[in-house]
Amino acid sequence: MAILITEKTRVIVQGMSGRIGQFHAEDMIKHGTNVVGGVTPGKGGESLLGRPLFNTVREAVEATGAEASLVFVPPPFAADAIMEAADAGIKTAVCVTDGIPSQDMMKVKRFLKRYPSDRKMRLIGPNCAGIISPGKGFMGIMPPHIYMPGRVGIVGRSGTLGYEAASQMKALGIGVSTSVGIGGDPVNGSSFRDILELFEADPETDAVMMIGEIGGPQEAEAALYARNFMKKPVVAYIAGLSAPKGRKMGHAGAIISAFGESAQEKVEILSAAGITIAPNPSAMGETMASVLATRRAAA
Amino acid sequence: MDIHEYQAKEILARFGVPVPRGGLAYSPEQAGYRARELGGSAWVVKAQIHSGGRGAAGGVKLCRSEAEVQEFAATLFGKQLVTKQTDANGKGVYRLWVEGASDIAQELYLGFVLDRKSERIMIVASAHGGMEIEDLAEKDPNSLRRMTIDPAVGLSEFQARELAFQLGLKGGQIAQMVTILKACYRAYRDLDAMMVEINPLVITGSGDLVALDAKMSFDTNALFRRPEIAELRDRSQEDPRESTAGDHGLAYVGLDGDIGCIINGAGLAMATMDMIKLAGGEPANFLDIGGGASPERVVRAFRTVLADRNVSVILVNIFAGINRCDWVAQGVVQAYKELGLTLPVVVRLAGTNVEEGRRIIDASGLPLITADTLEDAAKAAVATRHKLAA
Repeated sequence: MAILITEKTRVIVQGMSGRIGQFHAEDMIKHGTNVVGGVTPGKGGESLLGRPLFNTVREAVEATGAEASLVFVPPPFAADAIMEAADAGIKTAVCVTDGIPSQDMMKVKRFLKRYPSDRKMRLIGPNCAGIISPGKGFMGIMPPHIYMPGRVGIVGRSGTLGYEAASQMKALGIGVSTSVGIGGDPVNGSSFRDILELFEADPETDAVMMIGEIGGPQEAEAALYARNFMKKPVVAYIAGLSAPKGRKMGHAGAIISAFGESAQEKVEILSAAGITIAPNPSAMGETMASVLATRRAAA
Repeated sequence: MDIHEYQAKEILARFGVPVPRGGLAYSPEQAGYRARELGGSAWVVKAQIHSGGRGAAGGVKLCRSEAEVQEFAATLFGKQLVTKQTDANGKGVYRLWVEGASDIAQELYLGFVLDRKSERIMIVASAHGGMEIEDLAEKDPNSLRRMTIDPAVGLSEFQARELAFQLGLKGGQIAQMVTILKACYRAYRDLDAMMVEINPLVITGSGDLVALDAKMSFDTNALFRRPEIAELRDRSQEDPRESTAGDHGLAYVGLDGDIGCIINGAGLAMATMDMIKLAGGEPANFLDIGGGASPERVVRAFRTVLADRNVSVILVNIFAGINRCDWVAQGVVQAYKELGLTLPVVVRLAGTNVEEGRRIIDASGLPLITADTLEDAAKAAVATRHKLAA
């Protein structure tokens, strides 16, 4: 089953006719993703990559039954595109766009709360690599060949560090159920906690690799959730042990500005919640392997 | 993006925040002239740099004569002012702000920030201002009042009033505080700020509220729609390496170590720095080449890293998704040739087009040190550095 995306999920791409949108839509189709159409205002009625284009998300949903949308829209228009998807009844939107103003995201988050829970859209990102259920489908910009299908979930802010974890696990014969990039922005759609909840409920996921970084309160929230509500083991790595305070490290959200936001403090909070810490970024795979082995021995 | 105190005061005054009268000076003579223009018998001369802690660093002085204003100004211009918040090089003083001295009865703290927990704008206020918010949070946490603002409704009158009463304000001060809070909120919202801080917000001897200092910083992602803010950027206050790198699409942060880093992705860049540290080395920088990096951008990354004279070894660590290992490899080879590189370079490539990338590296005949994993790459870089030092 995996989470968020399977081979059956009907996916549209907002901004599919753009250079980047087209490139990645093609790759998604090539790897078996069920892309059913694209949205570019003004290009409705045309087709691209053998899929129909629509002027609005609502038309696309009505014509194709799309449930998920990948948003490849430039920063000034991205928030509007996300809200359009939510209003048209899309269930899951993934936004790759980097550089959306924070106040636009505040508005988006507030807008999503308008809908009752049964038709509230789940947003992943922005400024993320996307989501992939290996062997089934993906929405985003990741290189799909580095992932091996399996039973460990990955959730992380950074795209490339997620690739690093997936390839370390693959080298040890550990596959992935779904990998989710929640993005590096200070205001983002889904938090670590939101994704942990999905993995905990997924019968095809046995354990979760969580990759955090400096800045923000989300790792601490996730720690509390894991301690109180999770039966599945979680392994975590937090990037930025050597990052100085008050300096933005690439991601808009990767900055230590409050108590509890440094990598050291996050590691302490996560360990106290019973989460196994990968001591360095090269040990994500082996730490997961040893946690899984202990589990098996106990069972 | 940060701006100067005087610019923040001008902006906030436009929205209705009371600020002391003052004037900007680019020379000691002009500072003296500003004092005369303002009148009165005491002035505060303040160095305009993008940093807090200016007072303790000697960048602010109360002067009692025009001559004293000029004299103090002459000591500041062109000086690198080192504060608790700057690095050891400090920041250059090229502008001064001269304002009439205020009669202070009480100092309050007022800040507007993006609260990442509620994902809303949050007001933080205290009746005990004057010190930095970090110190305030440590020494007097119970004095802090917090309030979040619903983005759909904005700051409500009742919220502003409630906060004013919580701070112990009285009589006409309540209405003044409500005006100030609403003005700051509108400035924050309408100009895509990330932070508005008035510290101290003072109660004068006559009982009125005045913003004695002001700080604003802005969301760089929103500058495309705030040209009037983008114009306020002052490059003299930035690390020249960081701003030049930024012009070329590279995210660069200079650090104190000697192992230069060229990485793709912010998370992997931080992780690589961590790995270097764990292997016993010190990273010289954070550098993210971004997505879809051309060989030219990789060469630019080398130039940026090499501008730091401390660098003794360079570590290239790429896990390509939307990047291409072959382009990066071409960039490395090109950098070697174009820049006449003599430093050792460790290269680790993984992901998209990795075979082609490795082939280019192997075929180049250059003395590159290759590694397959992140750990091997960091260890090789640190070992090479130690060998050089020995």
